[in-house]
Amino acid sequence: MESRLTPPTAIGALIARCEELIADLDLGNVRAWRAAHPGRVVIGYLPIYAPRELVHAAGGLPVGIVGAGEELEIVRGDACFQSYICHLPRSVIELGLSGKLDSLDGMIFPSTCDVIRNLSGIWSLSFPKKWVRYLDLPQNFDASMGGVFYRGILEGMLRELCELSGVDPKHADLRGAIRAFNANRRALRELYALRAAEPWRAPTSEVYVLVRAGLLLPVEEHTTMVERYLGLAKAREARPLDNARVALRGAFCEQPPIELVKTLERAGCYVVDDDFLPMLRWPERDVDESGDPLDALVAAWLDTPLEAPSRYTRCNAEKGQVLIDTVRSTRAEGVIFAAPSFCDPALLDRPMLLGALDRAKIVHTSFKYAENTGQMQPIREQAGTFADSIKLWGEA
Amino acid sequence: MTNSVVKEPSMLLQKDMISGHYSKLARAEETGNTVAYTFVPGNLTELMLAFDMLPVHPEINALQNGMRKLSGEYIAEAERAGHSEDVCTYVKCDIGMSLKGNVGPTGEKMPPPNLLLLSYTGCFTFMKWFELLRERYDCATTMLHVPYQAEGHITKDARDYVVKQLREVTIPALEKASGKRYDEDRLKEFLARSAKAEDDLVWVLESAKHTPSPIDAYFGGVYYIGPLFTAFRGTEAAVEYYRALRKEVQSRIENGEGPLTPEGQMRDQRFRLVVEGPPNWTHFREFWKMFYDEGAVVVASSYTKVGGLYDRGFRHDPDRPLESLAEYCLGCYTNLNLPSRVDLLVDYVNDYHADGFLVNSVKSCDSFSSGQLVMLREIEKRTGLPGAFIETDLVDPRYFSAANVKNRLESYFQMLSQKRATANAS
Repeated sequence: MESRLTPPTAIGALIARCEELIADLDLGNVRAWRAAHPGRVVIGYLPIYAPRELVHAAGGLPVGIVGAGEELEIVRGDACFQSYICHLPRSVIELGLSGKLDSLDGMIFPSTCDVIRNLSGIWSLSFPKKWVRYLDLPQNFDASMGGVFYRGILEGMLRELCELSGVDPKHADLRGAIRAFNANRRALRELYALRAAEPWRAPTSEVYVLVRAGLLLPVEEHTTMVERYLGLAKAREARPLDNARVALRGAFCEQPPIELVKTLERAGCYVVDDDFLPMLRWPERDVDESGDPLDALVAAWLDTPLEAPSRYTRCNAEKGQVLIDTVRSTRAEGVIFAAPSFCDPALLDRPMLLGALDRAKIVHTSFKYAENTGQMQPIREQAGTFADSIKLWGEA
Repeated sequence: MTNSVVKEPSMLLQKDMISGHYSKLARAEETGNTVAYTFVPGNLTELMLAFDMLPVHPEINALQNGMRKLSGEYIAEAERAGHSEDVCTYVKCDIGMSLKGNVGPTGEKMPPPNLLLLSYTGCFTFMKWFELLRERYDCATTMLHVPYQAEGHITKDARDYVVKQLREVTIPALEKASGKRYDEDRLKEFLARSAKAEDDLVWVLESAKHTPSPIDAYFGGVYYIGPLFTAFRGTEAAVEYYRALRKEVQSRIENGEGPLTPEGQMRDQRFRLVVEGPPNWTHFREFWKMFYDEGAVVVASSYTKVGGLYDRGFRHDPDRPLESLAEYCLGCYTNLNLPSRVDLLVDYVNDYHADGFLVNSVKSCDSFSSGQLVMLREIEKRTGLPGAFIETDLVDPRYFSAANVKNRLESYFQMLSQKRATANAS
């Protein structure tokens, strides 16, 4: 069941450019940016969230690091991790030790899980001359507690980033950075809205790579790219197929191979919502552009109704509620829970999310993957059966 | 392996303390005691005791179930209920126990929690674990976010953050759950008793610097840390236990004796080891035997620091009650960054004159295990000593392969012998 899209050359070229960026594990475009901006810093950040605005305000380029996918042979990375640790840290280490991340001046490791937390220590031991920061995102969401603590972290990080890049902190344009990232996130929200409304115009196999390119591009360039795609996609000639509309969850950190996304589509699914790459899409609202910019970033973390396995859910009633609301607002007919093997946050969360879906009478199916999963046939069969069951026995 | 297990008097004392605690829990409803479930690292035992709340530690239930060969069935029960085979087996053992009626390791029914006190220290899984338990028990939950020691020391901001949460979130939650008012003077009394017991624990752990070592700081060590790391810190019973333990160890030093193993006094100490990582609980005696049969005694371990780095100087301080509790939470071993963990273990190797260094990597615990291969190489580089690496699990019997573990250990001990022979010959 192939999508019957009119293949506009412009969209094809744009998506090809994104795929090329993603496939370039040597980060050629980042090296080019660095060469064109001498003295400015390039800072990597891992899933699932880092306030990229700080790097931008210090005149730097934030670069998202989500592993190496299926192309890189892992040798040194496997020597650092036991078989029961997920795949992402081994490929990140492989990239680092093979020199592919040499263009980065530093790394931010958010408090996503114990593996990424400990990876920050491995990085410090392996690259003692590089700037490394662990970002302890508060799990207390009270402004006078978690907020005060978090603001202290952000102030410290901004100060250090300015020192690294030789920018006077007084001249760091944090408000300008917030404006730039707000514009980007607005474009991404519009992209997700278009896909939810008309997934045949913006299939996930395109949306995913388009979003993912944002890990590697300057934010302004990425916004322009997304806006261009939106214009082209809205105008493209395409007609809907009788696919099952599904939301995908569990893939918030280690990313699946792009082939897996295409496999879901080939299996008869329109993925109308997902939790891929929250690092590019959070917060899902504008950060305040008028008040104190650090306070605005703090509030963006504390106040936004984000739901992710790495974030504490304060009461039972909240658990899975964002997912259920999303399923309803995007008119998804079911949920595919696809989590990386050995991903503690996602897999510990899974029974609770599935329970919430059951109570809301939303159908679901689950499988695991790794970023280098090569065998797609079982996934195609499972997703195809799920899509067929929705179409045959669903309420719609 | 003999059937009659030799035990130190202090072990018997501790056994009575633990069974007494489980009995109290079983009678909590009739006695009107309120119950808080909480975790071992960064636990707030003195604070809970100040509200007359009885603590329950799910990891302790899990490991006790592991030692009593009950964990396999509980894990299977949780997996049948949809929990992934990939995740922490402590969690699954606990959930399985709950699904099968919440009968504790001593055969008595565990009370449901009045409060889930989530002290989120050094382990991400704790957060998910209590979200899962909250679904089961539908009870009050309070979260204390303890930041990681990413910079290798406790920052003022982190301490202030924890203190403010203790004051404005944790204490009100305990007041509400227990129906009692916060009494800081009472807390101070508990903290003063904690510090006394902590002094004696440190003395006992550091006794392993003697040759021969009078203790095994891993297999014996897990008993020694028991009262202080769990429900008894701050009690007179704990003070008495550690006083008795210290006397026992003092007597062994005076007599030039080694530790007591389940099969009697360990006489021949051929290898002094430092061990990183938790032990396996499902085959604990079998695992220990692989060491003492080869004359290997553990002189220092990181696992005995998960409930506090007392040997690095920390003491609960009645003059700074909440600050001291905050520093305790922040200072537990698994809350240290990897470079600090390496520094600590290198110090142990040097200070305790170890011959070697061993990692027992457990599948269940990313907090401990992730990065251990890098730590091993770094410690080898900095000490010049060879390290060994074995893999087991905490409480999943499927992940303990006795033959593989024994084979690796024997090879390692042979290598240490050969190195020693070569060094003596040159």
